[in-house]
Amino acid sequence: MIRTAAQSRDDLLSDATPFAGRALAAATVDLAGVALDLMPEGVAWWPDERILIVADLHFEKGSSHARRGAFLPPYDTAATLAQLGLAITRLQPKTVISLGDAFHDPFGEERLSPADRATLAALQRGRDWIWIAGNHDRGIAATVGGTILEEASIGPFVFRHEPSPDWGEDAASAHAIEVCGHLHPTARVALVPKSVRRRCFATDGRRLMLPAIGAYTGGLNILGPAYRGLFKRDGLSAHLLGDGRVYSFPGTWLRGD
Amino acid sequence: MDTTRSTPDAKAINASGVNAPLEPDPTDPADILPERFAAWFSARGWAPRAHQIALLDKARAGRSALLIAPTGAGKTLAGFLPSLVDLADGPRRALAARGRKLARTGIHTLYISPLKALAVDVARNVETPITEMGLSIRVETRTGDTPAHKRQRQKSLPPDILMTTPEQVELLIASREAEDLFADLKVVVFDELHALVTSKRGDLLALALARLKRIAPSARAVGLSATVSDPDELARWLVPQDGTEEALADIVTVAGGAAPRIRILESAERIPWSGHSARYAFPELYAAIKTAKTTLIFVNTRSQAEIVFQELWRINEDTLKIALHHGSLDVAQRRRVEAAMAAGGLDAVVATSTLDLGIDWGDVDLVIHVGAPKGASRLAQRIGRANHRLDEPSVALLVPANRFEVMECRAALEANYVGDQDTPPIRPGALDVLAQHVLGMAVAAPFDADALYREVISAYPYRELDRATFDRVVDFVATGGYALKSYERYAKIRKTKDGLWRVSNPAVAQTWRLNVGTIVEAPMLKVRLVSKVSGGTPSRGGRVLGEMEEYFFETLARGDTFMFGGEVLRFETIRENEALVTRTKDESPRVPSYAGGKFPLSTYLADKVRAMLADPDQWGKLPAQVADWLRLQRLRSVLPKRDELLIETFPQGDKFYMVAYPFEGRLAHQTLGMLLTRRLERLRLRPLGFIASDYSLAIWAVNDLGAAFAAGRPSPGQLFDEDMLGDDLEAWMADSYLLKRTFRTTAVIAGLIERRHPGQEKTGRQVTVSTDLVYDVLRSHEPDHVLLRATWADASAGLLDISRLGQMLARVRDHVVLKGLDRISPLAVPILVDIGRERVGGETDETLLREAADALVAEAMG
Repeated sequence: MIRTAAQSRDDLLSDATPFAGRALAAATVDLAGVALDLMPEGVAWWPDERILIVADLHFEKGSSHARRGAFLPPYDTAATLAQLGLAITRLQPKTVISLGDAFHDPFGEERLSPADRATLAALQRGRDWIWIAGNHDRGIAATVGGTILEEASIGPFVFRHEPSPDWGEDAASAHAIEVCGHLHPTARVALVPKSVRRRCFATDGRRLMLPAIGAYTGGLNILGPAYRGLFKRDGLSAHLLGDGRVYSFPGTWLRGD
Repeated sequence: MDTTRSTPDAKAINASGVNAPLEPDPTDPADILPERFAAWFSARGWAPRAHQIALLDKARAGRSALLIAPTGAGKTLAGFLPSLVDLADGPRRALAARGRKLARTGIHTLYISPLKALAVDVARNVETPITEMGLSIRVETRTGDTPAHKRQRQKSLPPDILMTTPEQVELLIASREAEDLFADLKVVVFDELHALVTSKRGDLLALALARLKRIAPSARAVGLSATVSDPDELARWLVPQDGTEEALADIVTVAGGAAPRIRILESAERIPWSGHSARYAFPELYAAIKTAKTTLIFVNTRSQAEIVFQELWRINEDTLKIALHHGSLDVAQRRRVEAAMAAGGLDAVVATSTLDLGIDWGDVDLVIHVGAPKGASRLAQRIGRANHRLDEPSVALLVPANRFEVMECRAALEANYVGDQDTPPIRPGALDVLAQHVLGMAVAAPFDADALYREVISAYPYRELDRATFDRVVDFVATGGYALKSYERYAKIRKTKDGLWRVSNPAVAQTWRLNVGTIVEAPMLKVRLVSKVSGGTPSRGGRVLGEMEEYFFETLARGDTFMFGGEVLRFETIRENEALVTRTKDESPRVPSYAGGKFPLSTYLADKVRAMLADPDQWGKLPAQVADWLRLQRLRSVLPKRDELLIETFPQGDKFYMVAYPFEGRLAHQTLGMLLTRRLERLRLRPLGFIASDYSLAIWAVNDLGAAFAAGRPSPGQLFDEDMLGDDLEAWMADSYLLKRTFRTTAVIAGLIERRHPGQEKTGRQVTVSTDLVYDVLRSHEPDHVLLRATWADASAGLLDISRLGQMLARVRDHVVLKGLDRISPLAVPILVDIGRERVGGETDETLLREAADALVAEAMG
């Protein structure tokens, strides 16, 4: 007798996810003297300021495809919100910064289901919420709540969607850290007997790039051509998202696709 | 033999039989064969064969028929003869289609073949009698390669006989002209029906046949098939199902011709314990090739083909012309090999199942099968490739690669002599294929759901489909079929006021046409040979060697070497949809190519092997070294009886092993390995990994498994309790990449993900949303969605072989034999040798990452 997936999933949830009863192993990186925690949910956490940073949520990617006839399951926003919700509930941030492409297209906000809209509103309640505009969601309706900005500077950090190619070359940016998303970084680690590919955080000490955590977002290998010139190879480290844990590897362990 | 060199024309001669009929003739041919045809036969010095006359008889009676005959019996001519006789009477009168008088006639005979090359080949062969008798019959082919203008003309001016493929039939019945094209249809001929019906293409074709029967109710269906285990099933497939026992076509069977002469290589060399390459036998194999005129060497996998090809060339002192043929090689390369073979220019071809079907291969006088054939019917069909003439015996040589395979080859050989068959049964129709067809029928014309449902369940694979499931499929086609109704405004088909379902816009129809078909290639990468890499950036250019699955490269790191196209290559990098490789001097590749066969050992052969193992009287037929091995096993451990499952435990190195011998095939064993490992983990026995072969399964652990079993913790009953197919299976499936791979295929066939959009071609790699991610989301939010049901059905039958595992667990209940040993047993050696050579299960990505990351941290801490 084979039970339905729903039943056993409940069994699974009771002891496996969401990291219940287990200490979460974050990776901590030091950027310009500030310690940031890289969390297994794919968000960065600035404990001193209680700021949570997240990139490339791509809400409503499913319905965006449905408009063109590919009826992807309409649950991606709910799944992504659940993932983000875990981190917010656990960390209770004062401020949430979304680094752009929070919606897959500028009309995504209008397509939110009433339930997802309510979930998002509940997550926003009682805290500041900054939407940095991305190439996918620029022009999103203000009804989304919070503040919509092109970019933001706090302490040593500049928060923006796309990495700027000449970052760190001039005096103004020499001592600042760029925190961005956009490229959906993934890393492949060569292990025996096979290599393993995961979404990841990537940093070389001057810039921190966050993984995309949308349920339908794919990724690009950080050694690929799209990243050319963005990271200094010698200082590069990748922090791969795992089950309740972030796995850190130096650049020398990484492989292209 | 030299007198019958094969050319396309000569094939027609071979196919219709050079000699007089083998069987006494039930009907007097004079009654049924028109004068002109009788004259043609006798001008060639032939007499029509009994089954050819029998099919004419069926045609006259208006009966559908299934012809079961071995290769070389003249099946094709038998299939066409009734159409030629009917059409020879002169110009046909146009029927009124859809109430309009048409100035011309529709298609008389539709011939459907699984391979487009076969359709073209057969068309050429049927032209011979037409030309020689001076008949005015138009025969045309229609495949994916047919130019657009010709396809258009075929719709406005249809040929009498159209030769085509299942995908083209689906496109034709969904076209605006379908009713006109098929209103006059008299007969549909399905060639190689046995090969079609067990796949999703067979499901699509069954649905198309149901539609053809609706358009032309009096049309007959004729199936041409190799020998199968259940002919009735195929006979039912051919006719509309109404729930009665009578709904089946008449069966015409041709008794086998001369019995094949099969022998198993009796090697002077030592037969290895394990492995799949049969390296030990290459010198003897080469000697056999030298004695034959043309040899076909069949292997089970692409990687075996690579190894055999390379090794034969290494010892090819006479520079025999030996070629390689497998599905991953560049098409142009394959065509060259095929042409050279047909022209008699080759001494031997090493081939995978790409050559299983069809076309005449010239003067093949020896078939060598390297590795065990895995199924009795598969062996029979492959052997049939030699000597395409019914009356001369085929000659075949079986080359087992290891000792278990010796027994398997023996079992297959005996089955062949008694004519036993083990073709798999036809499975219930796939729901993803139904989804594709439902949209196609909306593209054809607005449909009424009740009428379409009745039509669908008249197709054999869908005869038991319930209405609720059908409605869910229609709902899926319309808006994705989700509980959350958020896509109504984007619906592809809509139910209008008249109660009919209509396509929402022309783009939906156009996209459907571009995506018809059930063959979903795994995402492939072109393998391009580039020159030596300097400074890390491979140069552009270089030759494309072929294609390989993207999955394979997923596991490679730069610098890994592997074998492809007969040489060892070094993987450099992936660039867009190409894998760039360079030449290397390495003789042995570092990455073991996946050695497992894709065909599981058939239940039938497994049972025969178990019986052989249990019965020392049969060992006399085995080579002495294999019989000695079994005797040693009996001495050191035990040999299980036919219905028993033997479990051995023993320590080895610093680990504890258990080896089980279910003989249920690699897929079922892999699934079992996963499930047992979970169970042992829960019992805190700390399993570390497992490995599965077609015959056995080994699991190793930190704790003493033998001691635990001896103490009844767990008891054999608990360990192999059938309830492992419940929760454990579900939990494991959640993450199984096998299931995700199956889901991708299902999603593409059902139309959730489109392979091609109008104006752009997408390769597998460019599918914009990863189906793995879609699977995860769907599974956690709507686990009973119709697509997941379809995925589960596919995976449990195919990749996981769950039904077989279930039968095995039921079979061995109370028949588990535990044997605690202090050292490895002779029977356990083969599977333990495989460790290190083949991929080990049970190690997850997560474990690998954790171990590596922890090691790094420990190193940093000093």
